[in-house]
Amino acid sequence: MTTKNRDVLQSLWDFFCSLKLTMFLLITLAITSIIGTIIPQGAPPPEYVAQISATKLQVYKTLGFFDMYHSWWFILLLYLLTVNLVACSIKRLPHILKIITHPTTTLSSGQEQSIANVASIKSSEQPEALKDRISSFLKSEFAQPVITEVDGAWHLFAQKSPWCRLAVYIVHLSVIVIFIGAMIGSLFGYKGYVSIPEGETITKIGLRSGQELDLGFGIRCEQFSVSTYPNGAPKEFKSILTVLENGKPVPDYTNARVIVNDPLQYKGITFYQSSYGDAGTHFFTMTDTEGKNSVPVTVPGTDSVALPDGSSMHVTQATDDVSAFAPGLSGPAAQVEVHSTSGATDSFVVYANHPELNVSYAKQHGSKLVMHYKGAQKKMYTGLQVAKDPGVWVVWLGCFLMVIGVYVAFFMSHRRVWVRIQNGHITVAGNSSKNQAAFQPVFQQLVDKLTTDLTKEKTR
Amino acid sequence: MTSSMLFNATTLAYMASMVVFFGFLASRNQKVGLAGSLLAYAGLSVQTIAIGLRWKESYDMGVGHAPLSNLYESVVFFSWTIILIYMFIDLKYKYRIVGAFVVPFALLGMAWAQLGLASNIEPLVPALQSNWLLYHVITCFLGYAAFAVACGVSIMYLIKAAHEENSSSSVSAGGLMSLFPPTRVLDDLNYRAIMIGFPLLTLGIITGAAWANYAWGTYWSWDPKETWSLIVWFVYAAFLHARFTRGWVGKRAAWLSIIGFAATIFCYLGVNLFLSGLHSYGGGK
Repeated sequence: MTTKNRDVLQSLWDFFCSLKLTMFLLITLAITSIIGTIIPQGAPPPEYVAQISATKLQVYKTLGFFDMYHSWWFILLLYLLTVNLVACSIKRLPHILKIITHPTTTLSSGQEQSIANVASIKSSEQPEALKDRISSFLKSEFAQPVITEVDGAWHLFAQKSPWCRLAVYIVHLSVIVIFIGAMIGSLFGYKGYVSIPEGETITKIGLRSGQELDLGFGIRCEQFSVSTYPNGAPKEFKSILTVLENGKPVPDYTNARVIVNDPLQYKGITFYQSSYGDAGTHFFTMTDTEGKNSVPVTVPGTDSVALPDGSSMHVTQATDDVSAFAPGLSGPAAQVEVHSTSGATDSFVVYANHPELNVSYAKQHGSKLVMHYKGAQKKMYTGLQVAKDPGVWVVWLGCFLMVIGVYVAFFMSHRRVWVRIQNGHITVAGNSSKNQAAFQPVFQQLVDKLTTDLTKEKTR
Repeated sequence: MTSSMLFNATTLAYMASMVVFFGFLASRNQKVGLAGSLLAYAGLSVQTIAIGLRWKESYDMGVGHAPLSNLYESVVFFSWTIILIYMFIDLKYKYRIVGAFVVPFALLGMAWAQLGLASNIEPLVPALQSNWLLYHVITCFLGYAAFAVACGVSIMYLIKAAHEENSSSSVSAGGLMSLFPPTRVLDDLNYRAIMIGFPLLTLGIITGAAWANYAWGTYWSWDPKETWSLIVWFVYAAFLHARFTRGWVGKRAAWLSIIGFAATIFCYLGVNLFLSGLHSYGGGK
């Protein structure tokens, strides 16, 4: 039973340590990620739903294709990748640490066979003296050697940057650090949105999850403006915001400028310029056909309001000067849509300077009520993206580790040189943890220099 | 003199370079090969001046910004980085013939930009008004260019390997193939180019995330461009793991490199042409 359990555990462990799994996961992640770039993410738009069959829609929904990067199977793949790289690292780290902390300081003949770069030099000099000279040579030309004596032979071992073997594990660690940062963000942070009409203050924002969040302070939009280039392309979207604590402006956060690419940060919460729109208020009066019994009607922004007869109306478009649309007419006008109690929809233009047109329209349509436009109070609203992400610094730490790790892993190598002095033979061996091709000339140069050094001294 | 004239001169220089490189393939004369490289470097120098001049011209127009803001400018910059990476590989490893398989990529880019894309200097939309634009675009495109070089080298590898297989029984006639570096070298060059590209792509994704976080408050939102850059990253990460630990070298490595570059090109152009998202290269947001 226990051996069987152990077998199961062992094969599970082997499964997670395998590089085949790594390859499978990387390729699967790459291929499945394509789905979410083709199928729209979030609530599918009606045009898209109309395009595909009901079965397809159902299958996509079941498989979570409309939010695929958060679907259980995609998250599972990411978890598997994490477990895989942790397991691989755990399996290989002890061996790597041993190479770093307990290097092989002697050169056996068996080892000599397996090393790529080997050279030998002859010398009749005393082994003791040779050892000291080669030691100081290595110290000045390569690295401080460790000297061991085994059975009358002297072994010298020197190495450079052994720690760079850890770089790969730093990269693996960095991936995990980034995941941790992302988790902190999703657990303790939030993303939301708020729109604030000019001159108004908000204290609550709507979160992406659909909930409402009380900020604990207020944000007032003092002004919103759009500036354009001469060709009409937008140049700058600018909100002037004031932070209010207990209704009082906070000194350093009064009339703060927020533009795209330059957000406002307060108490760890960041406000980003994201959209804007018209929040102006339109004024109307309703009269009878004689122009008497005037009742004022105020329509804020794009809102719908109820009229005295039970129908509702909203403004679809408004202008200060109607002459551009209707030559011969002048003054402000608004296009409105009225939904009557019977369900009929009526869309028409109401004028400020031409009450007779308003009256004749009402008469034509058999209405006892006449609508007159009285103009609008201009007002914009600013749309702000609101985010709090306490995990973002952990993510940057992970990114930093990744860049450093990738650089070291690619461009640095652990280089080792062994020298054995035995029976008048000096054997030099060297290898590099990667990029042998680049190490070979370095090694050759080292051997050449050592050879000249030794012969030069002798002839003197 | 305008930047537009210089860009035309650049295109001609790259075309001449490619023709001379093909002549090199035919003649096997080292002097012709040298001329091919020198023409490519001349094109690179003119293009460098042209990019600088276009930058200055944008300031003269009062809408000053780095020339990296729309499809035309990005394609021109991509060509520039391809030749830059080629120059680096050529000077360091001295396999001139690689130019015959890399310069065409740059020429293709320049010809498309000059003939098919709108080249007027446009003011920068608010979303792109940030210094991050420079860091993000430069790192990404240097990475893309290294992958382009790796792809060119991989194509050479496959040609050479196929030739060696076919002529293994008969005595190799040498000929054209003798100009190609040995397959071992091509395989190594493929790896080295990816070794340059992968850290740059990593930096490109990170600078993109940093910018997105700074401008919108989310460092990652699974936008198609972001996702495709991650797909490219996955492919090359798989390439590296396969090479280091499973000994995937030679043909399989060459194919992975070509697939990686295909994904790169889709990430760069396909996403803009076929999918929607935030990287609409001056198409307005």
